[in-house]
Amino acid sequence: MGDLPPDPEPPPQPTSSSRNSEVSERRRSGEQSRPQPTVPEEVQQIPLDAQILRGSRETLSNQINRGWSQGASLTSNENFILQAEEAQRGGIEYPSLNTGFPSEVQPQTYPSEGRLQASHNASLMLQQLQQGEGNLFQQLESAYQEPRADLLGQYTRYEREDVQFSQDTQHGPSLRDDAALPSSPSELGFMPFTTELPEPEPRELAVQSAKAYLLQTSVSCDLSLYEHLVNLLTKILNQRPENPLFLLESLNRTTQREWFHPKLDTLRDDPEMQTAYEMAERQKALFGRSGGGGGEGEQEMEEEAAETAVPNIMEKAFYLEQAGVGLSSDESFRIFMALKQLVEQQPIHTCRFWGKILGLRRSYLVAEVEFREGEEELEEEELEEMMEGGEVMQEPGEEEGEEGEEGEEVADVIPKPTWKPPPVVPKEESRKGANKYVYFVCNEPGRPWVRLPHVVPSQIVQARKIRKFFTGFLDAPVVSYPPFPGNEANYLRAQIARISASTHISPLGFYLFGEEEGDDDEEGGAGRDSYEENPDFEGIPVLELVASMANWVHHTQHILPQGRCTWVNPLQKTEEEEELGEEEEKAEEGREEVEQEVGPPLLTPLSEDAEIMHMSPWTARLSCSLSPQYAVAVVRSNLWPGAYAYASGKKFENIYIGWGHKYSPENFNPSLPAPVQQEYPSGPELMEMSDPTVEEELALKAAQEQALEATEEEEEDEEEDEEEDQDD
Amino acid sequence: MDEESLLLSLELASGSGQGLSPDRRASLLTSLMLVKRDYRFDRVLFWGRILGLVADYYIAQGLSEDQLAPRKTLYSLNCMEWSLLPPATEEMEMQTSMVKGHFMGDPSHEYEHTELQKVNEGEKVFEEEVVVQIKEETRLVSIIDQIDKAVAVIPRGALFKTPFGPIRVNRTFEGLSLSEAKKLSSYFHFREPVELKNKTLLEKADLDPSLDFMDSLEHDIPKESTCHSPEDPQRAPRPCAMPSEAPGSDKLRMGPGCEVKSHIF
Repeated sequence: MGDLPPDPEPPPQPTSSSRNSEVSERRRSGEQSRPQPTVPEEVQQIPLDAQILRGSRETLSNQINRGWSQGASLTSNENFILQAEEAQRGGIEYPSLNTGFPSEVQPQTYPSEGRLQASHNASLMLQQLQQGEGNLFQQLESAYQEPRADLLGQYTRYEREDVQFSQDTQHGPSLRDDAALPSSPSELGFMPFTTELPEPEPRELAVQSAKAYLLQTSVSCDLSLYEHLVNLLTKILNQRPENPLFLLESLNRTTQREWFHPKLDTLRDDPEMQTAYEMAERQKALFGRSGGGGGEGEQEMEEEAAETAVPNIMEKAFYLEQAGVGLSSDESFRIFMALKQLVEQQPIHTCRFWGKILGLRRSYLVAEVEFREGEEELEEEELEEMMEGGEVMQEPGEEEGEEGEEGEEVADVIPKPTWKPPPVVPKEESRKGANKYVYFVCNEPGRPWVRLPHVVPSQIVQARKIRKFFTGFLDAPVVSYPPFPGNEANYLRAQIARISASTHISPLGFYLFGEEEGDDDEEGGAGRDSYEENPDFEGIPVLELVASMANWVHHTQHILPQGRCTWVNPLQKTEEEEELGEEEEKAEEGREEVEQEVGPPLLTPLSEDAEIMHMSPWTARLSCSLSPQYAVAVVRSNLWPGAYAYASGKKFENIYIGWGHKYSPENFNPSLPAPVQQEYPSGPELMEMSDPTVEEELALKAAQEQALEATEEEEEDEEEDEEEDQDD
Repeated sequence: MDEESLLLSLELASGSGQGLSPDRRASLLTSLMLVKRDYRFDRVLFWGRILGLVADYYIAQGLSEDQLAPRKTLYSLNCMEWSLLPPATEEMEMQTSMVKGHFMGDPSHEYEHTELQKVNEGEKVFEEEVVVQIKEETRLVSIIDQIDKAVAVIPRGALFKTPFGPIRVNRTFEGLSLSEAKKLSSYFHFREPVELKNKTLLEKADLDPSLDFMDSLEHDIPKESTCHSPEDPQRAPRPCAMPSEAPGSDKLRMGPGCEVKSHIF
């Protein structure tokens, strides 16, 4: 700090009030300078260098000026007071921001305020005298002659400032910077004429950077050190505990905890409804219209009045309510809004509310959607990548089988199992068969819609064998035997496919086949798989709809036992398999011929459906027998409890609300695991036999001994004979 | 559902997709009042509906002053005319366990079931095939009883036991708080307690004898037989019995202690 030139120029006086305060300081210093004899003892406690003092004086003047320009800063005198108070309380650690001041300068040893002031003032004055700045001293004296009336007023103001600042500990950096300065503002009262502001910028920059550093928030939470210390100090000052230094640690921890867990008043209601508020917020977004309001509102309404893909859910809800089925009206409305949101987000051609599948923890709302032409390819690729991970696993199985055949010829190799996994049935193309529509699910209206992947035939086949409840989380695993290839999203999709195929019906004549193109011979007679709406449909009277099941038809394709709607021979060699080729031909001979599977064609009436236990799989009712002229025909499935269809005039709709399982009169019994497979084929070089039991071994041994005895006897006989012969 | 709060309860129970059409609702409100007057019940509850092939049964139950006393069950096919059902016996339960499949909807329909029964004729013992006929009414009674025993649920605090024995509705019950409603231990089976006497003294020490006189749902086996799903966080979470036990049966916690059920088969 000795670099600062000792400019004896007066620093600018920003306000007259500050001048007055200087004057008042002078006045105080004047008053307190009287008890000088007592002071020198304390003065000697301060080992100051002249240079340091000079530097300190100058910096202090800078700070004071800066402080005065801010209008609210402390003078160093007040700083000292504050420091003393804080020292007594011990609540603040001393900052290390003192730029170059020796620590001895810090007023930790000063016992009282008054004496502090006095001593400092006196010390500075003494030092001044020592340094022989007599001019200043004379100036001081001259200033001392000024009228006192003002000074008294200023003095009180000064006092007030003092009190004010002693309570406000939050005045950060300038406070800390001023902390160690030994010089008094009273002396600086003289200073204005001597020093200028040499370089305020680096000081300011340092302060600002320090404050910025303190204000930065940590990565894990929103709290910054500055805020935390502010909270801590406020808490301490409010509570004024007895021994704050000892309690510092616990106070610190309490403050931290309270930031994250605000204490609740037991007399007031506690905020338990957090989840409810969040849900309401989310649903509020549903009700907002997209785009701006105001002037654009009219245009949007016109656009929306034109055809959109969103179906008229409220009308359907009304009819379903007549039928005694369905969700409450506000839930239906929310679903309507959610579907509208879905249509806005995705490129959708047609959309329909398929139904609701209940789950253990949460339920699923399912929307059946058809994309516009060409739009869905992008998303499909992503989904396929996800699924390929599962399918690739099946291919190595076949390769291992091939190696096994070659390996058997080499000796001392463990024979490979001959079980080969059954050939994978390829999934259907999108927009065909079971994958005709794309399904989106969400848990509640307001939550984002998630797209379900296309269904694979093996998933349908396995889904027929198991019975599991849905938990409500799409990524939950499905643990079952036989093992289900996929997670809950796949299982959900498979059940949706089965339900759609079984229970989507329409009145006879609503849909007709398109132009016949002689497609009876395609792919083994799978039949036509497309239909169109009939523009001439007149509607069937409700009574007739109820009376006979022949008036309703299925308009979704039946799913074959294979898991697809159109049959595919899994043994047909694709191009890849042909390359691997001729070696496999030997193995193929052992495989059975697969028969083609045939299902009922599209648009078959319900009267053709198979019965369950001598009962019709459908139940038809009028919604209200008391007023048949306005009633709605309701058909309920007995095979899939929860599937309903209604028809009235030209309108009809299908819906499913239920748990997603098929009806079975018996309780569900999971299938038992398959018997343990035989490991090795019995061949000439390898024959498995069970070990002989102990009895068998003993019997064998006995038999062998008998045989031996018999041969020995024979030999003896022969010898005897020979001897006899020889004798003769 | 109490007929006083029928409409509100129906709204709240609609999450499972089962509801009543407006004409049924109107006729229920009217006819239940009449039933209450005629049979002199203290409370009449709409129990629910059992779906049949030809017709559906609408079931109501009437309670006397003592809430846990055996209730009288009535059924109706059109929500207007109600007929009393006989009380359930164990023999009925045994018979109905043989019958499977949907309900017909005709109360006089008879299910036939062939059984091998040992017939003692003098000294000979041989098995004979006997055709047992079970009326649908019997089956109905027994099924309702089984469902009630398995899944009738009531929140803790809705009923209290007076020192003289009878159990009354607690008029100061304001419903469960959100945090209590999420716990299974705050719901009881609405039937005579079975497991209560098996509890240890330590467990019993924590119980309040005026409120905790029924079995709690906590200790039901299988563990997940009642699941909680807070359908709409603004409403109470509803414990719904796992459908393996009783397909399609939902309970809803309602304000002052009424229970809501709706069943399908």
